[in-house]
Amino acid sequence: MTLERHNRLLIGLGIAAAILIGRLFVIQIVDTSYKIDASNNSMVYQTIYPTRGIIHDRNGKILVGNKMTYDLLVTPKEVEEFDTLTLCNVLGISPEFVREKMDEYHRYRTRIGYRSVVMLKQIPPETYLKFAEVSYRFPGFRGQARSIREYPFNAGGNLLGYVSEVDKAYIESHNGEYASGDYAGKTGIEAAREKELRGEKGYAIFLRNSRNKIESRYRNGEMDKEAIPGNDITTTIDADLQKYGQMLMQNKVGSLVAIEPSTGEILTLVSSPGIDVDVLADFGSHYNEILNDLYKPMFNRTVQAPYPPGSVFKLVNGLIGLQEGVLTPETEYPCSMGYHFGRNKLGCHDHRSPLDLEESIMMSCNAYYCYVLRSILENGRYSSIAEALDKWNEYVKSFGFGRKLGSDFPAELGGTIPDAAYYDKVYGKNAWKATNIISLSIGQGEIGCTPLHLANLCATIANRGYYYIPHIVKDSEHVSIDSKFRQRQYTMVDTSYFPVVVEGMYRAVNSGYGSGATASVAAVEGLDICGKTGTAQNPRGDDNSVFICFAPKDNPKIAVAAYIEHGSFGARWAAPIASLLVEKYLTGEISPQRGYLETRVLEGNLMDKVKAE
Amino acid sequence: MRLFNKALIKNIDWWLVSCYIVLIFIGWMNIYASIHSTEVASIFDLAGRSGKQFIWMAASIACAATILLVIDPRIYDSLSVPVYLAVLLLLIAVIFLGTEVKGSRSWFEFGPVRFQPAEISKISTSLMLATLMSQFGFKMSRFRNFASVAAVILVPMLIIIAQSETGSALVYVGFIFVLYREGLSGWTIFLLGMFISIFILTLTVSPYAAILVLAIVASLCNTIYTSRMKRWCMYYLPAFVVLGGLPFLLDYLNSLTDNPDTFIKGIRPEFILLSVCFIAIPFILFRAYRTRKPFTLLAVMAFIAGVILSFSTEFIFDNVLQDHQRQRIEVLLGMKEDPTGVGYNVNQSMIAIGSGGLLGKGFLHGTQTTYGFVPEQSTDFIFCTIGEEWGFVGAAAVIMLYVFMIARIVISAEKSREAFTRIYGYCVACCIFMHLFINIGMTMGIMPVIGIPLPFISYGGSSLLAFTILLFIFIALKANENHNFR
Repeated sequence: MTLERHNRLLIGLGIAAAILIGRLFVIQIVDTSYKIDASNNSMVYQTIYPTRGIIHDRNGKILVGNKMTYDLLVTPKEVEEFDTLTLCNVLGISPEFVREKMDEYHRYRTRIGYRSVVMLKQIPPETYLKFAEVSYRFPGFRGQARSIREYPFNAGGNLLGYVSEVDKAYIESHNGEYASGDYAGKTGIEAAREKELRGEKGYAIFLRNSRNKIESRYRNGEMDKEAIPGNDITTTIDADLQKYGQMLMQNKVGSLVAIEPSTGEILTLVSSPGIDVDVLADFGSHYNEILNDLYKPMFNRTVQAPYPPGSVFKLVNGLIGLQEGVLTPETEYPCSMGYHFGRNKLGCHDHRSPLDLEESIMMSCNAYYCYVLRSILENGRYSSIAEALDKWNEYVKSFGFGRKLGSDFPAELGGTIPDAAYYDKVYGKNAWKATNIISLSIGQGEIGCTPLHLANLCATIANRGYYYIPHIVKDSEHVSIDSKFRQRQYTMVDTSYFPVVVEGMYRAVNSGYGSGATASVAAVEGLDICGKTGTAQNPRGDDNSVFICFAPKDNPKIAVAAYIEHGSFGARWAAPIASLLVEKYLTGEISPQRGYLETRVLEGNLMDKVKAE
Repeated sequence: MRLFNKALIKNIDWWLVSCYIVLIFIGWMNIYASIHSTEVASIFDLAGRSGKQFIWMAASIACAATILLVIDPRIYDSLSVPVYLAVLLLLIAVIFLGTEVKGSRSWFEFGPVRFQPAEISKISTSLMLATLMSQFGFKMSRFRNFASVAAVILVPMLIIIAQSETGSALVYVGFIFVLYREGLSGWTIFLLGMFISIFILTLTVSPYAAILVLAIVASLCNTIYTSRMKRWCMYYLPAFVVLGGLPFLLDYLNSLTDNPDTFIKGIRPEFILLSVCFIAIPFILFRAYRTRKPFTLLAVMAFIAGVILSFSTEFIFDNVLQDHQRQRIEVLLGMKEDPTGVGYNVNQSMIAIGSGGLLGKGFLHGTQTTYGFVPEQSTDFIFCTIGEEWGFVGAAAVIMLYVFMIARIVISAEKSREAFTRIYGYCVACCIFMHLFINIGMTMGIMPVIGIPLPFISYGGSSLLAFTILLFIFIALKANENHNFR
């Protein structure tokens, strides 16, 4: 029995060896499909490019889609004598161009070898079809399908960003993920969501014969890899509103941002002047033109331009005063055309006096906030003004100012909010007093914040004390957003102090002309808009016109910030623009009474006021 | 100490030693060939892999000489228990203290030298098995003995699986042949084979096919055991034919109607098969009880176990196996085409071997392997280089050399008078065989991609050294025995 077993094992060993040698025989002798020699490049990999994911707006409208084009590839080694004129006629190119290219290929023939090179990019399908009919007469030329971006809806150029071919630096900085000839999103959503949008390249493998002609598919395409299309993305943008916002902002320099306060979703983000979507589709050929544009259309003011916020900032100071206990809603301060300290004066406009907190917001009194800031800074609870200022700085930062909000938009900037260390550097240690920095009270001086910050402030007040980090991508089937976008961000000011400020903003808009309210122009019947104007000094010319507002007063649906460079008073340009946007969003149309306002805004042109920098 | 004992040297199995020397030189040449294009240097250049391998070869030969000439072979039997336990400790320690290499913690690193405790664990387990099973009165059929043998094999195996080195653990499956030689019932190997077949059938075809095949095999075994072939052909065969045609019939019926709510769409062939089983099994069991046929009982139980296995296959596949292992199996079984390039490697390896043809491209003239198409070409995929440069003739010769070596170990183990030597010899043969079959099978696409080296040939010091020790302990044991029993 044991002898038998050991023989059985030896037989088993023989069978296993027979399996291995049999298999070896099959792949080395019988099956010819493995007979490939790497040295003559007999396997050719042809890249299959994936289609990029589609970008939708919040209502499912397609903001960015894809359309098919073709690249014309040439394999110089395979090109024979051909009829240059026919080729030129079919493709609509000049004979010189073809000749030049062919010369170039000849010059670099050793470097090109058996590879194919791109001769023409992005040929439209109609042209390509004409070529395909006669392509048999042009050996060595072939088309490669390639989808490029298409923009069915003219909205959100800056926001969406552009896609272009990757360059050497880009390939190097993204170790190995890209190869020459790939496209990638370079700015805006296209860049921020590149990972989701790009998809995955595939390849088809072909075999060449010994004369370097492509003969057949390798193993019938068994080892080919299909391209995986990119994931679609849903943005929070409302395409119609975005388009309307862009219309309102035409011929003006500045920003318009709208946020849904209950979610932090950005409804509209306009930086004007911006990039037209037609330019985006073919960014490469417009590149120099854009770069040399006086108004810097690539510069996304909404998240990158630090402006002084102006009187809008009074809301923040008021709230800090309330929280610190140095101010109550009933506190009244006098104003005699300004705030006088020593021989200096910070001017104000003509209004009745004294005012309480609500009225100070309604009429935007400068003096009132000078008193407020002084009482914040000269608070006995703190050992020094420097300490009080640092506390103030902490408060302001809790509103999102002076730091990046952390939105999912690329290239967001943080702006600046000064602290004691900053003034120590400017004036020398302890060599400054509250009066030196009194302009902080009205949002002037060393404050820099982006229009997105201001819209976020507005959303915070609309929510009575908290905000959601503004973002432009919504959850969808394949893309989920960071959980931080679903968390309430509370400020350091108690939520109970917000209603009085809201009331002041309501009165600023809805008190009627003649009441002294600053923003009567923004009032829309039935919408209960609450707003605050601002007029920020601009050293280069006319003041900047600022306005933030939200509506309706209860359960706000939209919070807007408008910042118009050289627009003078807040009520002049920013308030009409912001209120029109609110009206459009909430009612879908502009009421006939406000038709004249819309016309004035659409026709207004402030471009000349902006001096070239 | 028995330094340079002339009589002993005469008793050494020089055939095995020659095989060993030839194999390590084949390995050395091919390691040089596989790095030839990237590191054009002398075969002795210490910066290159071939130079390093040369040092390891020298060390291994020195080690082999020590084992043959210096160490008294009688100590192995007494050392096996402490060595086995110490290696177990090392295996556990490496999980916590080891360096992570490609996702598994199984290497110790001392400066430039890396070594894998799993390599020496093969030696210690073999010694331990030999000690255990050569004890006086050991009987494989006795449960207590069988259990201790199973534990000796399974404990290091499970620790190695815990190191995420499932591939290395697979080698231990080979010890089942040793157990078979020492009296384990052949049914065990048969069951193991069935286990694997059902797993693969369920994954590639369907659970239905797996269960049907299982039913046919179980009933056939029972029939052969009771020698009632005629009855089986009359009753069972027609039933299996009908059941085999059932899925096609259902498909055909389905195609007749488009209404998705039709009753027929709800019927799945598994349900019919299972209901047939539910009716048939109690009946068969009753008959078995009446006619006193315990084998039938066993067959039915094995069948039920197989059905459970078949239904849990998907669970095992999706939850127990790791991602890369799943992918490798999917690629091997053709369930998915090249999900993440795993198939690409095997394909490149097969192209390299295939392009060798009958006589190969000649030493250093391979293109696929030297141009870097094949991954791990000097370690796990070294066989590609052999196949490409030496062709079918050379590669088959290498395989035959291994087969000769293994067969010679088995035969000389079988002839030995001491049980310890015999069992240890079988262990050595099984280890080499498993490595050979899995590694070469992998490069030719008939085994999943499991990163284990080709014995004596693959680049790597710790592997070479471990196999050298494994082999030469056997040669020493055998030589000593011949010397004493002359």
